[in-house]
Amino acid sequence: MSQSRIRGGRLSTIQAAFVVARRDFVAILLSRTFIFFLLGPLFPLIVGGLAGGIGEQVQQEAAQPEIGIAMQGVDVDRMLAAYDQLGPRIGPAIPRMVELKRLSPGETFDARAVLEQAQGDMAAIVTGTPASPELTATPERLEWWRGPVSLISAQALQRGPTDFPPVKLASVTTSGAKEKRGRIATAQVGQTVLFLLIMLLAGMVLSNLVEEKANKIIEVLAAAIPMDAVFLGKLFAMLAVSLVGITVWATVIGGLVGLAGMQDTLPAGMSLADLPTPGVGWPLFFLLGVIYFAMGYLLLGSIFLSIGSMAATVREVQTLSMPVTMLQVLIFFFSTYALTQTGKPMELAAMAFPLSSPFAMLARAATDDALWPHLAALVWQAIAVAIFVKVGSALFRKRVMKSGPQHGVKKRRSLLAIVKGRATQAS
Amino acid sequence: MQTELGDHRPADNHTNPPAIEARGLVKRFDGTLAVAGVDLTVPEGAIYGILGPNGAGKTTTLRMLLGIIDPDEGTRRVLGHERPHDVARLIGYLPEERGLYPSMKAYEAIAFMGALRGLPLKEGRKRGRELLEAHGLGHSAERQIRQLSKGMAQTVQLLGTLVHKPKLVVLDEPFSGLDALNQGKLEQMIRRLADEGTTVIFSTHVIAHAERLCEQIAIIAGGKVPFAGPVDEARDRIPAQVRLETAHADGPWRAALPAAARHEGSFWYFDLPDTGIEPLLRALIEGEAGILSLSIERAGLHDAFVAIAGEAAARALDASPEEGEGR
Repeated sequence: MSQSRIRGGRLSTIQAAFVVARRDFVAILLSRTFIFFLLGPLFPLIVGGLAGGIGEQVQQEAAQPEIGIAMQGVDVDRMLAAYDQLGPRIGPAIPRMVELKRLSPGETFDARAVLEQAQGDMAAIVTGTPASPELTATPERLEWWRGPVSLISAQALQRGPTDFPPVKLASVTTSGAKEKRGRIATAQVGQTVLFLLIMLLAGMVLSNLVEEKANKIIEVLAAAIPMDAVFLGKLFAMLAVSLVGITVWATVIGGLVGLAGMQDTLPAGMSLADLPTPGVGWPLFFLLGVIYFAMGYLLLGSIFLSIGSMAATVREVQTLSMPVTMLQVLIFFFSTYALTQTGKPMELAAMAFPLSSPFAMLARAATDDALWPHLAALVWQAIAVAIFVKVGSALFRKRVMKSGPQHGVKKRRSLLAIVKGRATQAS
Repeated sequence: MQTELGDHRPADNHTNPPAIEARGLVKRFDGTLAVAGVDLTVPEGAIYGILGPNGAGKTTTLRMLLGIIDPDEGTRRVLGHERPHDVARLIGYLPEERGLYPSMKAYEAIAFMGALRGLPLKEGRKRGRELLEAHGLGHSAERQIRQLSKGMAQTVQLLGTLVHKPKLVVLDEPFSGLDALNQGKLEQMIRRLADEGTTVIFSTHVIAHAERLCEQIAIIAGGKVPFAGPVDEARDRIPAQVRLETAHADGPWRAALPAAARHEGSFWYFDLPDTGIEPLLRALIEGEAGILSLSIERAGLHDAFVAIAGEAAARALDASPEEGEGR
């Protein structure tokens, strides 16, 4: 039958995805729960800080070992004076020295018996004289404190360390080994940050289609736009929400550090200046970090979204979250291990395997200055995202979008049944 | 029966290309046949009813026509396009299972549904407010969906289905869940759409709605379409019923009655003979039946539906017992 084609048209996949993403983005951003999303990273910091603080306090209050001096009075005074002079310089290598007992001439002292009573904070006892000190302690502590006690005894006798051979020193700013080690450290930091961010966010997309299924909106969406546009829209909405969150976190942290002038007071190793410059330079490294975060999130998110979309209930989604988290951890471990296998098949495999590729490539950006592998990897990752979304949406359409009220509500089909392909049919 | 409703049936529009044309649609779910070769031709501008018992395959058929799922076999053309999504801007769809985002405001929900069909969001919001106002829900435009009653939410979804002014509106069981008042309003809305030239296709298992609204129907039973065509033709599938009341209980006139005539009290019921009423009437008079009353009642769509769907379901069960279940 000949027919005139009525001009109507449809939204392109990108346009349709934008409609879905805009709805999701606004809905999430304007929801009260977004505050908790923003506060989310604070919880581990608070818990970590509290745990660390309490732990430190416990350490300080519960275990402050001391070394007791049990010598004749004049020797005790000389030893303590020497400790006062050297102790601050030696630092934590030796505990505080305290007077334990001033002995009379000829008086003996059983240090072993005192220590074996295991009372107080006494960790060791020095007896004898400064010229011939005797250290009594547990075997491992003997090795730790033998040197410092000898040094303090020498100081008590007003002797200089003339017996030690002089060491000639020559200083350089860095070395090849140090640079490589430093860049690997940068790569590890980058991978860890990437992993933490993606782990925080990618798991959230597991339940992203549950709302649509529960509210029966999925059919309205499926009738109007292609299902892959729905998937893409949902992924990009969460990505946009994530980027808003990261921007807020980065701004707050940066602002606090800047306002408090904390950049000068950060502990060694915690400031950017302490990390060696990445192979591609800091600006590009940050840019690639953002891009690889987006790609890593999209890659894992597209798989999680597909898996989550098959789940019939929130309970199933919750059950899935554990293996999904484990999968992320495995990928992170794989990427971290590959970092130590520079130029070997393991590193190449990590770069080629789509899920680990963003992690491996960010590490490469830290250790290598070549740019073309990043372009190639990004193209490959984008293709993988497209494939994952296409396959996921096709599976969803085939397996979930069946018919009638049975599939979602009245006769909920379990994920297991879907996997086994034992679907019940619907009207 | 609302007598004026017949006037609202759209004029026969068979000269135009059909809005929907489906041939041999087949759909299996994991080996189980849900739709077993559906043929449909929906004229442009018509109000077209798809009737069928629960589980007959109505929803699956509509989903295939809309591109939500693809048929395993057969072809479909919607507004001249083989891929329904290609004309998504021209289609409005109200699914059987209603659903809206609970946190959305009413006018936003309408605008969102329009945006899915290509209507700019700003225009959708404007039209959403206007539509809500026109349907007596202006005061609820700013309220969230979760704050609306079920009927109001259904109205919002229906308005969302229409906000982009589609040429083809597909409604899956649109009357379910509505009270009588709202069912009446919906019928009026469907007639108004058809008057404006919109093709409306809706599924229902409540025959009265189809009888009041439709010019043409398709009956789906057992995953097949045993009947598709004008409502009158469906009714004509069943012979008219004759109701005869006589003064005399017996006499020579009894020989003129069909063998299958039923006797209840002073009434006789039987199908109108193929030869018409006149020969029968003559025989009754000559046989001195003492006719007190005689009426001929044309079969209703309900009777036609029960007969056609019942036969089809029985045939489907006879032909393939495993294929007739679970739809």
